[in-house]
Amino acid sequence: MSATAVETRPSSSAPQFATDGRRRLRGIRPGLVLAWLVIAVVLAWAVVPWLFTGQDPISGVPAEKLQAPSLAHLFGTDAIGRDLFTRVVYGAVHSLSGALVAVTVGLVVGTLLGVLAGSLGGVVDAIVMRIVDVLLSIPGLLLALSIIILLGFGTVNAAIAVGVGSIAAFARLSRSEVVRVRQSDYVEAAFGSGARLHTVLFRHVLPNSLTAVIGLAALQFGAAILAISTLGFLGYGAPPPTPEWGLLIAEGRNYVATSWWLTVLPGLVVVAVVLSANRISHALGRNR
Amino acid sequence: MTAPLLAIEHLDVAYRAASGPRRVVHDVSFDVQPGEVVALVGESGSGKTTTSSAVLGLLPGGGLVEAGAIRLSGVDLAGWSDRRLQSVRGARIGYIPQDPVSSLNPVRPIGVQLADAFRIHGRGDRRDIRARVLDLLDRVGLDDPALRAKQYPHELSGGMRQRVLIASAVALEPELVIADEPTSALDVTVQRRILDLIDVLRREHGTAVLLVTHDLGVAAERAERVVVMQHGGIVEQGSTAAVLDAPAEAYTRQLLADAPGLGEHEFRHPRPPLYLRDASVAAAENPFALEASGLVKEFSLGRGREPFRAVDDVSFTVLRGTTHAIVGESGSGKTTTARIVARFVTPDAGEVALGGEPVRALAGAAKRVFRRRVQLVYQNPFASLDPRQSVQEIIAEPLRNFGIGDRRSRAASARQLIDRVSLPAALATQRPGELSGGQRQRVAIARALALEPELVILDEAVSALDVTVQARILELLEQLQGELGLSYLFISHDLSVVARLSHSVSVMRRGRIVEGGATEQVFGAPQHDYTRELLEAVPRRAAADARGASDRPSASSPASPASPASPARSTRKALA
Repeated sequence: MSATAVETRPSSSAPQFATDGRRRLRGIRPGLVLAWLVIAVVLAWAVVPWLFTGQDPISGVPAEKLQAPSLAHLFGTDAIGRDLFTRVVYGAVHSLSGALVAVTVGLVVGTLLGVLAGSLGGVVDAIVMRIVDVLLSIPGLLLALSIIILLGFGTVNAAIAVGVGSIAAFARLSRSEVVRVRQSDYVEAAFGSGARLHTVLFRHVLPNSLTAVIGLAALQFGAAILAISTLGFLGYGAPPPTPEWGLLIAEGRNYVATSWWLTVLPGLVVVAVVLSANRISHALGRNR
Repeated sequence: MTAPLLAIEHLDVAYRAASGPRRVVHDVSFDVQPGEVVALVGESGSGKTTTSSAVLGLLPGGGLVEAGAIRLSGVDLAGWSDRRLQSVRGARIGYIPQDPVSSLNPVRPIGVQLADAFRIHGRGDRRDIRARVLDLLDRVGLDDPALRAKQYPHELSGGMRQRVLIASAVALEPELVIADEPTSALDVTVQRRILDLIDVLRREHGTAVLLVTHDLGVAAERAERVVVMQHGGIVEQGSTAAVLDAPAEAYTRQLLADAPGLGEHEFRHPRPPLYLRDASVAAAENPFALEASGLVKEFSLGRGREPFRAVDDVSFTVLRGTTHAIVGESGSGKTTTARIVARFVTPDAGEVALGGEPVRALAGAAKRVFRRRVQLVYQNPFASLDPRQSVQEIIAEPLRNFGIGDRRSRAASARQLIDRVSLPAALATQRPGELSGGQRQRVAIARALALEPELVILDEAVSALDVTVQARILELLEQLQGELGLSYLFISHDLSVVARLSHSVSVMRRGRIVEGGATEQVFGAPQHDYTRELLEAVPRRAAADARGASDRPSASSPASPASPASPARSTRKALA
């Protein structure tokens, strides 16, 4: 039948997508590869830190204090002779797990609220979104500090505090995505062919609205590392001598005039990880 | 023969891609004489818009003229810099874009936007420009130009905005106007007025027009010469009469046969369904698949304002096994009516009866059961399929919703339906993104058929498709109706499609039905002025034939009954 012969020629937009995909596969984007590499290395630090360094992150050699970076001490040593590189490597697990907890809290609670608001609409929508507006109106750091004071100090509590701060962003994004998908013809068509609300929600709305949310999660991962480090720097996170990244920078600031490496090198590690998370988030967002 | 105003010679255009340049236009040559109207006709993706953009030097990013010449009065424009082309754009070549909604800057009054054309080319001082803008607005038929000049685009209707765009295209009295689908986004009556306006302006100034269109009807009615494009190349060109009367190429013949307003089709006189042929069955059964009576739907416009009556006392019936069409322009309430019948909108008054049972009060579980009996096919097949599901999942979804059969039997039914709508079986595992528009609409139809409904509502179901694809879908719908005894409620603004598919028709205007009855009767002898206006606005072949003759032929026979063996019909059969 000629119908298929005529129609198998894809419409004008289809080949564009095809070439787009091919371009993505063929042209390896070096920035993205580098970003993934950074994240992979940091993850490895968190999981198997002893493979990267043979020294002890907690007890130092006082004789070797405040040494500049050298082959023996890649990042130099601190005031009580601890190898800074070792401390950064062992600190990865604290920073990363903290960021993971923070993002999980924000993602789960925020998305739940957003999806509820977007799919139920009406009064629920209004109430949830006004609460979110209130959350957004409080400066993030102030909110985090208030929550820490309620929960007590510690890495996990700091992470939860940062996570609560990102609930609003997740809720707003997931709500807008859900509202967009809910208005689409295919959702109405699903209702029209007898689907119930929960079926439509799980079969059509969630899969089609979560891509953007996952992109945001990657972005928030970087932001959470930064926020947790900030809290650590301010002394609200892990107690010394935990080698948490923010705390490392805070401890180094007393020597910033004489031993630059104590603040700059851990700081650069944080910058690299946050930038990598942003780059990956950007790529995830574009893949939609 | 005088020197052509525009001569395109062996034009090749390519887009840069990672896999090397992808050529979208190859070896295109044609001329436009001064004062002539040339239509560039083809389906989407045929390269017609790329060709016209190349003339203006407005190819999208990555687009490149690889070879060939674009001569305007003998001077080759290809390879000119953007800066140099600016002296030509607007001044010597005017451009009328397709979409009047997005082509005007929403934050500037239209008068200021029109004045830009004069300012950029340094014509006249401020006061002089203002006078010329008002004169222009008057010439393109906008009432009260002084007021209009101060208005913002959102305060104007689509037709008025298109007039503003035409005004800006002809502002500097160019020798050539390129009109890229100037009326595709407009209602049929507005379309006609806009095309008339272009005609008038053309005659006044002797401007040549390059009319880019997918609508062979428009080309046939307005153009002196036609250039038919397919896959980026020219299939055929010549005078309109010659190309339409004796198309040399199979593709042109198919386009002609598929163009709903041009191909000659009979009004449908269906083989009466069984119950009509057998008197005893007829007596026992309700002959109506659907009866709608006194439907009213109002939309609130906010406190203190009169509510808007989208549907006002609408009644119609659909005989079992037939197609009933509701035609009207945008905003006439036809889609709201369809949505009331599909129970996505609850009417304020009136009753809908499906097979004799009232369904208006249904809610909850009863409404879900009702969904099995009525299905809706949407206008836009790009939006009505979940992009994350495979074709098979999409088609089987209604069965899954009602828990019909198990996984395996549902997959089998989906495969049967895929076959039923003439899609290759290999498509089952693909996602909608990999399918063309026509294939997607077939998937949507298959999904609608999965529950074996009594009534299928087709809401502009073929309006978004190219003519040839549209013709294939219409054939499929006819075939399915014959095989399954389906009843269709067909919502459309396109009278020629309605003339082809429907047995009976209701004409809607501003929420009311102004005329209804058998399609042949309504279209053959329209009683209401509005119906007549709609019918006259359909661009058609006859007008082109009459070019040069003293007047337009009677417009009362848009699709005059022809013998089944008419050339157009037999051609299509041969191709199918």
